[in-house]
Amino acid sequence: MRVRSKLNYPLYFILPALVLYLIFSIIPSLSGIFYSFTNWSSYSTKVDFVGLENFKTIFSASENYLLFIKNTFIFTIITIIAKTVIGLALALLLTEGTKRLAYFYRMLIYIPVILPAIAVGLIFKSILNPSTGLLNTSLSAVGLGVLAQKWLTNPHIALYSVIGVDTWQGVGYIMVILIAGLQSIPREYYEVADVDGAGFWAKLIHITLPMMMPTITIVTVLNLLYGLKVFDIVYALTNGGPGFATDVIYTAVFQAFSQGQWGLGTAFSSLLFVFMSVLGYFVIRLMDRGQVRD
Amino acid sequence: MLAKRSRQVGAHLLAILACLISIIPFYLIVTNSLKSLSEASSMSAALPSIWHIENFVNVISAGKLGPSFLNSLFYATASTIIGTLSAAMAAFVLSRNRSRFNRFLYFFIILGIALPTNYFTLTKVMQITQLINTRTGMIILFAAGQIPFGVFLIYGFLDTVPKELDEAAIIDGCGPFQLFFNIIVPLMMPVLITDAVLSFLGVWGNFIMPLYYLNNTANWPMTLSVYDFFNMYHMNWNLFSADVLMTVLPVILVYFAAQRYILSGMTAGAVKG
Repeated sequence: MRVRSKLNYPLYFILPALVLYLIFSIIPSLSGIFYSFTNWSSYSTKVDFVGLENFKTIFSASENYLLFIKNTFIFTIITIIAKTVIGLALALLLTEGTKRLAYFYRMLIYIPVILPAIAVGLIFKSILNPSTGLLNTSLSAVGLGVLAQKWLTNPHIALYSVIGVDTWQGVGYIMVILIAGLQSIPREYYEVADVDGAGFWAKLIHITLPMMMPTITIVTVLNLLYGLKVFDIVYALTNGGPGFATDVIYTAVFQAFSQGQWGLGTAFSSLLFVFMSVLGYFVIRLMDRGQVRD
Repeated sequence: MLAKRSRQVGAHLLAILACLISIIPFYLIVTNSLKSLSEASSMSAALPSIWHIENFVNVISAGKLGPSFLNSLFYATASTIIGTLSAAMAAFVLSRNRSRFNRFLYFFIILGIALPTNYFTLTKVMQITQLINTRTGMIILFAAGQIPFGVFLIYGFLDTVPKELDEAAIIDGCGPFQLFFNIIVPLMMPVLITDAVLSFLGVWGNFIMPLYYLNNTANWPMTLSVYDFFNMYHMNWNLFSADVLMTVLPVILVYFAAQRYILSGMTAGAVKG
């Protein structure tokens, strides 16, 4: 007897998930594109079509939106690099260096990942306090007082401080994925390399990195998706300040929301939506490849 | 031999350093939550001279943490059940019946992992559905947010549940609901727990959704309360630390209880083959 798919795998099983997804994700995103071309605001019930006006504002040199986009990209690119490099170093340390206790170390290094970002941001606000914070007092205590900074209030440093805190929080996640990638490399490659007398760096460059490329691609994509949408940690640490030095796309979107400039805000959100849909297409192809190989 | 030995010691020292850096903020929160106001003023790493357990009592009454804690628990639990169940049902049918249409639906849904939220038009949806500023609204929003990743995670796992079981069950006269709940769900338990734990942690830590869609403090979860508390009492590092500790403690407990599931979920999908 052949199992009849339609009867036993009914489409209505998909409905709850699909309806939730359509109503709370797809419909807002698509209708957002429509509202991007209007003067929608929270002060008036009238919504008029204004053409490209909102996009002109976003891309105008006299506004700050280009700066917010630039900050978002700086944040995203540096966190991608920092989390991948540090994550890989930690992953190698735990798989090659410390076989015993590696599980225990991994467990502790992962803890920041699970903490609510808003809580992490507020804790680091105290750690980075220029006069009483743990970072500056520790630097002074070990005689490195010259390195002490106004981490979150100096406009030249603040964005990098936010990046540093975010890397601290997120690196454990990347490390865990990279460890899984490292463990899937066949040991034989390293055994052959050992016979040939290859050292640590030679093995890293000629075996580990090439074999890790698929995993590194995936962590890059994950970091990219996260970085473009970052909000909590910035909001908690600096709320975009000092001035606009750490404002990113989503903090600007929240500002537009609070100030009632909904047409402008939705235009800004829609730009991100279109960009990330394209990105999402490649992510899906990547994930699909993963499953086929499995 | 000696070189190898010292390299090993060095590796362990580095790993211990990394662990310390990872948990220092947590340590700071624990110690400062037990200090007096003046002792905690610099948020130093020193241990408290006297343990002020009453900080927790104060913070619970001053920050109205009881209701917020229950709100968070309610949001995280209810949305996790709804989100995990609907994702599992969808993933089951999408994975078992791979018609062209279902393949498309699968990719369409997991595209949601990448998509950003439009908070403006979502406000309109929340107003039209009368869910704005309500607890139900929060739960549904959080459940909806979990769907794409949940479907992706569970769909991947279902490949390991043999289809022959379905056939045997169907021949025995099981309908779709019996087949799903009596046969498939028990076999999917590991991935369902993983998805549920990740969803729970995600909702517990979520700040942005209630920030946009809850203006009534009575409905606030812990994340919003802790932020508000910080703005009101940011000089009182001891009380603030106690508040943060109560926000992160459930997360830490769930983590230690279910870390096996968390780590497997985090790597599933990311690394295959």
